[in-house]
Amino acid sequence: MEYFLQQLINGITLGAIYGLIAIGYTMVYGIIGMINFAHGDIYMLGAFFALIAYLAATTMGGGSVAFGLMAALLATMLFTSLWGWAVERLAYRPLRGAPRLAPLISAIGMSIVLQNFTQLTQGARVKPLQPVIHGGVTLLKANGFAVSLSWLQITIVLVTVALMLVFTWVITRTPLGRAQRATEQDMKMAALLGVNVDRVISTTFVIGAALASVAGLMVTLYYGVIDFYIGFLAGIKAFTAAVLGGIGSLPGAMLGGLAIGLIEALWSGYFSIEYKDVAAFSILVLVLLFRPSGLLGRPEVEKI
Amino acid sequence: MRFGGLLAVNDLSFAAAGRQITAIIGPNGAGKTTLFNCITGFYRPQVGRIALHHPTGVKLLERLPDHRIAREAGVARTFQNIRLFPRMTVLENLIVAQHAALMRASVFSLAGLLGLARYRQAERRAVDKARHWLDRLNLIAQADDEAGALPYGSQRRLEIARAMCTDPVLLCLDEPAAGLNPRESAELNTLLTAIRDETGVGVLLIEHDMTVVMGISDHIVVLDYGRRIAEGPPAAIRRDPAVIRAYLGETAAEDLPPAVSGDVSEADGC
Amino acid sequence: MATAPADPAPPLKDAVIDAALAGLVAAALALPMLGFHLEDGTTSLTLSPHLPRVGLAALVVAGGRLGLTLARRGLAARRAGRPGRLARLGGRLSGTRLWVGWAMLLFAAVLPLLPFADRNLIDKATMVLIYVMLGWGLNVVVGLAGLLDLGFVAFYAVGAYSYALLAHYFGLSFWACLPLAGLLAAAFGLTLGFPVLRLRGDYLAIVTLGFGEIVRVVLVNWGDLTGGPNGLGGIPRPTLFGLRFAAYAPPGHHTFAQFFGLRFSPEHRIVFLYFLILILASVTNLVTLRLRRLPIGRAWEALREDEIACRSLGLNPTTVKLSAFATGAMCAGFAGSFFATRQGFISPESFTFMESAVILAIVVLGGMGSQIGVVLAALLLVGLPEWFRELQQYRMLAFGAALVLIMLWRPSGLLSGRAPTIRLGERT
Repeated sequence: MEYFLQQLINGITLGAIYGLIAIGYTMVYGIIGMINFAHGDIYMLGAFFALIAYLAATTMGGGSVAFGLMAALLATMLFTSLWGWAVERLAYRPLRGAPRLAPLISAIGMSIVLQNFTQLTQGARVKPLQPVIHGGVTLLKANGFAVSLSWLQITIVLVTVALMLVFTWVITRTPLGRAQRATEQDMKMAALLGVNVDRVISTTFVIGAALASVAGLMVTLYYGVIDFYIGFLAGIKAFTAAVLGGIGSLPGAMLGGLAIGLIEALWSGYFSIEYKDVAAFSILVLVLLFRPSGLLGRPEVEKI
Repeated sequence: MRFGGLLAVNDLSFAAAGRQITAIIGPNGAGKTTLFNCITGFYRPQVGRIALHHPTGVKLLERLPDHRIAREAGVARTFQNIRLFPRMTVLENLIVAQHAALMRASVFSLAGLLGLARYRQAERRAVDKARHWLDRLNLIAQADDEAGALPYGSQRRLEIARAMCTDPVLLCLDEPAAGLNPRESAELNTLLTAIRDETGVGVLLIEHDMTVVMGISDHIVVLDYGRRIAEGPPAAIRRDPAVIRAYLGETAAEDLPPAVSGDVSEADGC
Repeated sequence: MATAPADPAPPLKDAVIDAALAGLVAAALALPMLGFHLEDGTTSLTLSPHLPRVGLAALVVAGGRLGLTLARRGLAARRAGRPGRLARLGGRLSGTRLWVGWAMLLFAAVLPLLPFADRNLIDKATMVLIYVMLGWGLNVVVGLAGLLDLGFVAFYAVGAYSYALLAHYFGLSFWACLPLAGLLAAAFGLTLGFPVLRLRGDYLAIVTLGFGEIVRVVLVNWGDLTGGPNGLGGIPRPTLFGLRFAAYAPPGHHTFAQFFGLRFSPEHRIVFLYFLILILASVTNLVTLRLRRLPIGRAWEALREDEIACRSLGLNPTTVKLSAFATGAMCAGFAGSFFATRQGFISPESFTFMESAVILAIVVLGGMGSQIGVVLAALLLVGLPEWFRELQQYRMLAFGAALVLIMLWRPSGLLSGRAPTIRLGERT
């Protein structure tokens, strides 16, 4: 029971991170119907930017952790968004209206570019960061096993929830969100009605990148190690989460992220760590077979 | 047939005979296309029975998946929004329609891979059949063109030709005259009656163009809100008060917009 | 780029402002990555600033942008309204496709005899041919049937490991294993395909990607059978009707060199492997071309065009898709067992997602369904980078950038356009 609770906490933390990345996939897929393969690497950039900004800020700010973290958060959101924007502008926008697979290949190419660019500039070795946020609370202690909840885990979940609230508000309540939803449903019609579709799509990439960068920061703090390759697996899993939750659905992305996080944590807790990725994918296949539109996705009825 | 809370086709029964053109008419949203989708297996009705008297025995269509309805029960169809294979040529479209026969002749592609005479003959027969229908539908000159590049009227005809290449016993046409100009729809009339008389297939037709419906149908079924509100030969349908009400609301006939009254009088003339 | 001729030439001032803006953006993009370097210190990470590099990047981008704008203006003025030279070349190539194909085959057949063909070149050509074969296999799935498969490498791996394991545990020869590996890969394709082929487009993509990863994870972790991350070594080399390509043969056997009275040379094996893959690839090409003109091939294409229309004509989409999937998988299986016998050693590292991505890129870049396009794309994506092996890291960076640029330049692939599978030939 205690062990289960601990895995549950770990799973939720992990799930929050996957969920934040998954939003970028699900939004982009919803709006232009493409798998943004480079999104995982955008998240990886976010992690690197966060690490660099944290180190720069703590050196300049005299080692204040709080200042460092705030600076890291802002800097990584800013720079990662810029990269997200640039990737869309350079590699995807010219391909609007091209055959369906062209942007996918372009995205795969971009993903390779980002990985190797990072490897070239920062080296292939794993980058470690000493734990920044220490301590936590012990929830309960029984049978010689303590269930602990670290401050960092609390922070991660709280930040995720806060971001989700802001984000939901933006999508449902603001003109930007309305334009975004209109473009998602019918790009041509939205353009005819005066929505600047290019700008809406750019904004989608920027938002997605910003959320992924926060995930990158949190992973840097949570695991304490990053390298240029972390984007690939995290990206696949986040995309899996998006599909699992129902691609195009924002709450679905969050739910899917949680599900993947929990599956992974529980599977590695009870069965085997080696096969945890297999577990996540198997669940995905099962869900898609019985509910092809994902958990919260609207079933697509093809009009005949 | 129910979609969520919407009852699209409800308690409907009618019979369509072979060697006859049966038209299904009704206002938009009456459930005509849904009915077609039930017959051709794209939807599965929650209750009820669709029986087809095929030369090889009675087929219960509501139990068969769509591709088996086409292959085993001999029901072919066209679509409201044309569904051709746009990047394949006209001829290829018609050859794909004969897939089942050719597949049998190619013996899991082995005979075909080895180029055996048996397969070559089958392919020649398939091309001959395609040629026959291309000739009939005046498409022979475009045989090697991409289907997607044809003008709209030709695409409609090609879809009918493709359906006929499956050797159906029942041909379901979903608004075949939509988007055709008057000359083209007159040609369509001739074609459909010819198909009926020569091949003996039963034709089931959804159509809004009353010149087509009244001109060639042997039997008309009128739907509204998923129910049959009238059924009979064209002359009777034209006078049926329930039909007039469904189409025109409660208003009297003198309020007919000119286009509709024109349609009706033109149909009278036929 | 596509809109270049339509753009009115901007005045010089605008071009400069535009370039300056581009430089600013580049500076901002470069600041964190180029401007700072994470140094692995003794106790912890430290940062070392390299701010001049940011300025350099900004200058390069601004200069490049300005040059591009000006060059484009010059070009636009000169060839307004004329189709690009490469577009015309593409059209001509697809018109004379048959001729080009035979010429390529002939060239490939005499390649080892040519004076400049050293061991290194033939080795690289062999590598390219493996990818050509894989590309042709995946072309059936993606190009013809329109099923997006991101885990094609799984079947390649199944082929390679089946040969390695069958040879290791049962002592079977390459020639006995080759068909077995193909069949096993096809069977694997059927088992995987059966549950997932009902899924639409991108769901299929992610599930196949998942399967590709699952196969790799299993290969890494099932150490008892597969040797785990260390892989399997000592895979037997192929023989030519029992003749070995080695310096010595065990008693009762002959080496190739002995039999033909030649002096032993390691190059014999390299050339033999080259011809072997050339034959395998040619057979793949022949079979897939033939299949395309058979009912099954037309059904694949029809399915890509409109699944609902297919169903209304009595085609069972599941069997049509499965046959495409299995055919592609079989090609990958053959290629995989060849790969194993060529390397003599395989490990899960050879079967990562990158491989799937490269093969898919070859198919899409080639022009989806074009056999010659696949050859060109394989030369471009596999052959060209092979020459730059020394620049390991820059090589991959350039590879990624090339993917993006080629896609921007020709979104529908190098050679698009499709030849009908049957003609009535009664044009009037």
